[in-house]
Amino acid sequence: MALAVALILLVIATVLFHFLSPWWFTPIASNWGTVDDTVNITFWVTGIVFVAVNLFLAYCIIRYRHRKGQKAHYEPENRKLEWWLTSITTVGIAAMLAPGLSVWAKFVNVPKDAAIVEVLGQQWSWSYRFPGKDGTLGKADTRLVSVDNPFGMQPEDPAGQDDILVGSPELHLPLDKPVKLLLRSRDVNHQYAVPQFRVKMDMVPGMVTYFWFTPTRPGVFDVLCEQLCGMAHFAMRGRVVVDEQKDFDAWLGAQPSYQHARATTAGDVTAGQTLYATCSACHGAQAEGNAQLNAPKLSGQAGWYLIRQLNDFKSGVRGVNDADIYGKQMIPFASVLADDAAIRNVVAYIGSLPETRSTSTFTGDADKGRALFQTCASCHGADGKGIWSTNAPRLSGMSDWYLARQLKNYQQGIRGTHRQDFNGAQMVSMAKVLPDDQAISDLLGYVDSL
Amino acid sequence: MSFVAIADRDHEHALHDPQTFVRKYIWSQDHKVIAVQYGIVAICIGLVALVMSVLMRLQLGFPHVFSLIDPNDYYQYITMHGMIMVIYLLTALFLGGFGNYLIPLMCGSRDMVFPYMNMLSFWFYLLAVLILVVGFFVPGGPTGAGWTLYPPQSILPGTPGASWGIICMLASLAVFIVAFTMGGLNYVTTVLQARCRGMTLMRMPLTVWGIFMASILGLLAFPALFVSAIMMTLDALVGTSFFLPAISSMGKTMPHTGGSPLLFQHLFWFFGHPEVYIVALPAFGIVSDLLSTHARRNIFGYRMMVWAILAIGCLSFVVWAHHMYVSGMNPYFGFFFATTTLIIAVPTAIKVYNWVLTVWRGDVHLTLPMLFALGFIFTFVNGGLTGLFLGNVTVDVPLSGTYFVVAHFHMVMGVSPILVVFGAIYHWYPKITGRMLNETLGRIHFWCTFLGTYAIYLPMHYMGILGVPRRYYAYSSAIDFIPPSVQTANRWITISALFVASVQMVFLFNLVWSYFRGKPAGGNPWKSTTLEWQTTDTPPKHGNWGKDLPVVHRWAYDYSVPGAPDDFIPQNVPVDAHAPASHDSGKHT
Amino acid sequence: MSLSAAYVALLTGVLVWAVLVRKLRARPWEQLSASETSALGAARMPPAKVGLWIFLAVVSSLFALFMTAYSMRMGHGHAQDMHDWHPVSEPGVLWLNSGMLVLGSIAMQWARMNVARGERKRTHDSLLIGGLLTLTFLAGQLYAWRELQVAVGFTPQEPALAFFYVLTAVHGAHLLGGLVVWARTLIRMRHKDTELIDIRLSIDLCAVYWHYLLLVWLVLFTLLLAT
Repeated sequence: MALAVALILLVIATVLFHFLSPWWFTPIASNWGTVDDTVNITFWVTGIVFVAVNLFLAYCIIRYRHRKGQKAHYEPENRKLEWWLTSITTVGIAAMLAPGLSVWAKFVNVPKDAAIVEVLGQQWSWSYRFPGKDGTLGKADTRLVSVDNPFGMQPEDPAGQDDILVGSPELHLPLDKPVKLLLRSRDVNHQYAVPQFRVKMDMVPGMVTYFWFTPTRPGVFDVLCEQLCGMAHFAMRGRVVVDEQKDFDAWLGAQPSYQHARATTAGDVTAGQTLYATCSACHGAQAEGNAQLNAPKLSGQAGWYLIRQLNDFKSGVRGVNDADIYGKQMIPFASVLADDAAIRNVVAYIGSLPETRSTSTFTGDADKGRALFQTCASCHGADGKGIWSTNAPRLSGMSDWYLARQLKNYQQGIRGTHRQDFNGAQMVSMAKVLPDDQAISDLLGYVDSL
Repeated sequence: MSFVAIADRDHEHALHDPQTFVRKYIWSQDHKVIAVQYGIVAICIGLVALVMSVLMRLQLGFPHVFSLIDPNDYYQYITMHGMIMVIYLLTALFLGGFGNYLIPLMCGSRDMVFPYMNMLSFWFYLLAVLILVVGFFVPGGPTGAGWTLYPPQSILPGTPGASWGIICMLASLAVFIVAFTMGGLNYVTTVLQARCRGMTLMRMPLTVWGIFMASILGLLAFPALFVSAIMMTLDALVGTSFFLPAISSMGKTMPHTGGSPLLFQHLFWFFGHPEVYIVALPAFGIVSDLLSTHARRNIFGYRMMVWAILAIGCLSFVVWAHHMYVSGMNPYFGFFFATTTLIIAVPTAIKVYNWVLTVWRGDVHLTLPMLFALGFIFTFVNGGLTGLFLGNVTVDVPLSGTYFVVAHFHMVMGVSPILVVFGAIYHWYPKITGRMLNETLGRIHFWCTFLGTYAIYLPMHYMGILGVPRRYYAYSSAIDFIPPSVQTANRWITISALFVASVQMVFLFNLVWSYFRGKPAGGNPWKSTTLEWQTTDTPPKHGNWGKDLPVVHRWAYDYSVPGAPDDFIPQNVPVDAHAPASHDSGKHT
Repeated sequence: MSLSAAYVALLTGVLVWAVLVRKLRARPWEQLSASETSALGAARMPPAKVGLWIFLAVVSSLFALFMTAYSMRMGHGHAQDMHDWHPVSEPGVLWLNSGMLVLGSIAMQWARMNVARGERKRTHDSLLIGGLLTLTFLAGQLYAWRELQVAVGFTPQEPALAFFYVLTAVHGAHLLGGLVVWARTLIRMRHKDTELIDIRLSIDLCAVYWHYLLLVWLVLFTLLLAT
């Protein structure tokens, strides 16, 4: 009896929850409204069955519950009733399947005028490639991927020379233009998913997969990875900005082409030495760092990382938070470097300096530290030497007091909160794994031992 | 001729009761002891998986408050929780546990046809569990690739346990498959060859049908997992390129070329989808018998139920790629697999209707097993209907990878079969031990589990529709479309989960306590018709039937037969004993 | 490829279902007719024989899946324009090996016929010969492995080569399993007090298993030669 009442209440609660819960599809931003329609049809069909079956079950329990002298009705089968139920079910199934298949037919047929954009997935970020003026993407090969060629472009392919490479996880798309996303991965499976667009697809290494849609609403949308891709899967984030055509053109125009990227020469050490004079005041003549002046050690750090940080300081991605006192100090010095060439030169000079390990200032429980470092090792490497592919700088032998401050900055939202700081945002997620200062000491004590 | 002689000799052997403790309870070849061994090991390893789910829920509900697990742990637990629950708990419990116990008793045979192999099956299963547990202690810990173990991530750095953990996992699965094959050969052959006189196929209880079909599915589907395990092991250890294409992992170019990660997914789901029915079909069968017994009514539409089991079994081999709609496979496959998947809903719906129609016009005793069986109908209807969303390719695309999927498979593959497991244990415990389980504790267990699990999974469906992705350690770095109410809900879900998990301790306590203090049950406490309740001894002795095998004279569902003095007629009662038997009632319709 | 596999599976399923449903039309709540009741006690096949046939179904599933994987992997390189599939030139010794296995299978069949006739000595000899021929086959397979290693060197990335090793190894492992049963039967046979009737079933089953594995090998060999 109680069970019958419970079933009725559960049905009512479920229906109420359906209508009252604050959660429903995000407002759609693509042409796939038909997908929502199919979902709605499915909800109606299944909802009716859910209510009907369970209420009938509750009725049966009440009506036919055991009472003295009651006897069940003996009836092995009732072919007529069973065939009726089967037929009705078949009709209901068809009512859901037919719209589903017809929408899918549109999904598999990509419009001829769809623009092509390639998405490259990697552990744990995204980058993009536009075909450039010739409208064709150049050939790429995962075996050619290196720090200087993250897309694995084939240098000789003429079609690839004008390809436009977007290193950031932020993609801009023009409004109301159909687009076919070609999906490629250079390491493991990922999935490129924007809930507001409704459609998505896995990216599989060794294959090029695709899906298409037309953005119909200007706005900024989060890109999520929805195929488990390793430890930092939950922090693999990107963004799609749907622009008016002219804003999109302006954005695309500012991105470098492959030809342009290839033309950039390696930094000049001699020119860099002159520029480094400004830096040496704080960071030291050998870039060995100076704790008193809050200047971390630079020597031994990967060049790509230094370049990115200098650019971030220059463009206001880093050091803009008022609480980031020392980061703020860095902005004017970074701005002294006039252009990309200057940045490359000074980084080349730093790279030429002899390297000495920083002295360690932390001691902690090495076992706990090793356990905590498991998380860090996924990106920074088991040896803490940093991995370019995961955008993770070197940690071992670097200024540990600086690492401690940055971890706290990440935890407190002082660093990594700028909209364009995608890597910083990942560190914000990861730094939260460290519950307290003791954990930071344990961790850095271990890092110093590497 | 000569073969019959050999078979008879085997029976004499089976009657020979082992005397020493070790032969009787450890190296036992008795199907009942093996069943209990399977059950105990499965429940123990299931508890490990339960604890892992609690730890994961604590992280999701109260991120960074308890700091019990880091992202690596989270993904390792997600993997092991899924794998243990699906394979080492549910598959082992339904087939190794209930299959072993019930097939010979319900079919009226003395034991499985290959008792020695049956014993080996259990010890291989135990070995598989041990290898699985070893995975927790190897460097790097167990694999964290998700229970689907997709390459390349499962064997590349960046995923926890990509070196040792995954090898332990694959080795454990391989051993499990060997164990299952030995068990499965037994179950199928016993059903085919060792039924007692009069037990035609169509007189078998639906429990046996469900377990029989599930065993066949397992025998044919597990090789797919075996094949993929072998090939993945070679990819990981020898450096072959079955599944691994050219890859730049962690900035380094790997030696592999040309492999196909999708090939693994096809193989995995060719096993993985039948696996769903390996768990579901025994549950379907058992719940049919529970409903019929406790509603005192014949199962409605027995023939339709048998055909539905067969149809589901056959169809389950041609729906696997509905797990792969957004995997990057040729999207044209979507048409085929969406159609087959929705077709399989028809026989499944028939089963649901017939369960409800069994209760209809019955004499419903709301005993403990009945509560669980009726609860199962509710959760299964819910989980089955959400399956129609995910099976339909267009609807699946926005929902795949979200909490909708988590809610769906936990309702349909977690809660529903587990409710059946509980119902079955409350139902058959009196036969296994001779004592009833405590009623009050049982009711507490049912209500808390039934309502608590629904409180966990109902909100998840809607989180999924919103787009909240699954397999996320935390949602800390802001995702714009996720409102704070999701975090609030997560907290409540965690509290429900803790509640449900702790209530299971009441059940375990009940199992132990009732073994010593429970009310003596007698031979047939539920007044059931099936053969296992007609044994001379309770619990049944070695050889089950004493001197003479039973002879079956009727089907398994003669409840409330018009004109009969009792409301049940056991299968081994001759027709003459109740003259106005069920002869013309078939035309009643 | 996987889709055509699905269609084949679907077709088989429909057939099996149709056949079974035809057999399962009985209305079990009604009394059996006299003829059905009398048929109930009919002698059944020995369980071991049924068990073996079911096991062969499992093994068929295993090899069918391996071969599906083989052809899917082969097609994958083409589809991705990779062309990383370089056919293996099978060592000639495989022809000899196949002959050995055919003879082994014949010897097993001979043993089966002898045991039916009750000729103890001949049964023993033919059984022994069958097993020895199979051992020769396995040794020949090992030799083929070495041949290949010497000829092309072992490059695990080469998919055709890797499949060659895996398929032959899995087939060989199944034969080894059979040889264990064979050895047990042979040892039992040498006991003076074992009656021939006691091992008849074992020999029967061995023969079936050998024929089956010969069939599997011929299919595998054809596949390897053809690609």
